[in-house]
Amino acid sequence: MNPARDFSNGLLRENPTFRLVLGMCPTLAVTTAAVNGLGMGLATTFVLVCSNLIISLFRKVIPENIRIPAYIVVIASFVTVVQLMMQGFTPELYGVLGIFVPLIVVNCIILARAEAFASKYGIIRSAADGLGMGLGFTWALTLLGAVREIIGTGNLSNTYQMFGIPQFSLRVIGGAYDPALITILAPGAFIVLGLMIGLINVLTRRN
Amino acid sequence: MSIREIMTIVISAILINNYVLQRFLGVCPYLGVSKQIETALGMGMAVTFVMAIASAFTWMVQRYVLVPLNLAFLQTIAFILVIAALVQFVELVIRKSSPTLYQALGIYLPLITTNCAVLGVAVINVRAAYGFLPSLVNGTAAAVGFTLAITLMAGIRERIELSDIPPALRGVPITLITAGLLSIAFFGFSGMVK
Repeated sequence: MNPARDFSNGLLRENPTFRLVLGMCPTLAVTTAAVNGLGMGLATTFVLVCSNLIISLFRKVIPENIRIPAYIVVIASFVTVVQLMMQGFTPELYGVLGIFVPLIVVNCIILARAEAFASKYGIIRSAADGLGMGLGFTWALTLLGAVREIIGTGNLSNTYQMFGIPQFSLRVIGGAYDPALITILAPGAFIVLGLMIGLINVLTRRN
Repeated sequence: MSIREIMTIVISAILINNYVLQRFLGVCPYLGVSKQIETALGMGMAVTFVMAIASAFTWMVQRYVLVPLNLAFLQTIAFILVIAALVQFVELVIRKSSPTLYQALGIYLPLITTNCAVLGVAVINVRAAYGFLPSLVNGTAAAVGFTLAITLMAGIRERIELSDIPPALRGVPITLITAGLLSIAFFGFSGMVK
């Protein structure tokens, strides 16, 4: 195993959303639009990489018995950093993601990677694992958000000013399409994700 | 605090804004521990216990520690530590005082630290500027809503076990789709309280 392989692990083979089915709360809650999913994914990636780095660095110092509280403090600190940065730089997105920004603390992906990976391996591999898992989470949320947004509104759009991504609104399904609003409401989140995991099961079985 | 206000919070948290089905808080245990009615009820009771206590404690921490010291930005760290400590403490107390209750709830307690509904309800209480009693009521009602949703789900899943599901949808996908249908059913309650 090398860092490159650790990195690619989270993208596909052990994708946190589609394969491990972890971190479901933010996945379902914020993916009403592709750009919301992207923002949530990137915020989580930042916390994941930083906490993996720090926990890996201190893995020989942290006593076995209190490791979980220690990990939670590290994770919560980085979540606070993200919270303050988002309030400053992307206030609109911060408003839309609401309580799910502080709730990154209890995203099980982060604690799972700290426990299963960062507490055992070196800094570089842990950072690579965090980045891979984070970006795997990000693309899954963006894709889920895009599907829900396109079916639910017919459009794909970005209304925020963030990361230099231009604001746009693209009509994906044109003509007389009557949007199926349900996909951007609460029930749609469960149903679309269920169908997508089913579809991925079918596709990967054939290969 | 009138009865009317309390009832509004209770009905809203249990039925209209059900924490699992409408707000997506506590989805992980909802999918993970909903295979049997018995275990689902046990989990629900453990969550109710912890969420009621956590709502009270986090309210006090916010009101008497964080706000007077101008440390509101440390809310996330403070709350998760309070909740983690509280879960450990509740586990110890139950183990010493009531072995029967410990047998029923014991295995679920450690899982609850990472149940986002507990931290979620604490943060929602602060953002809604609830007082002590409304926070406590909201926390308890939210947990009752969680128990209702997870028990309903377990009842359905016990039947799904016996049904012929397409192989690709077995397990998580069909559970998610079922949760979606339950969520549609709960939409029937929207507009009940203005």
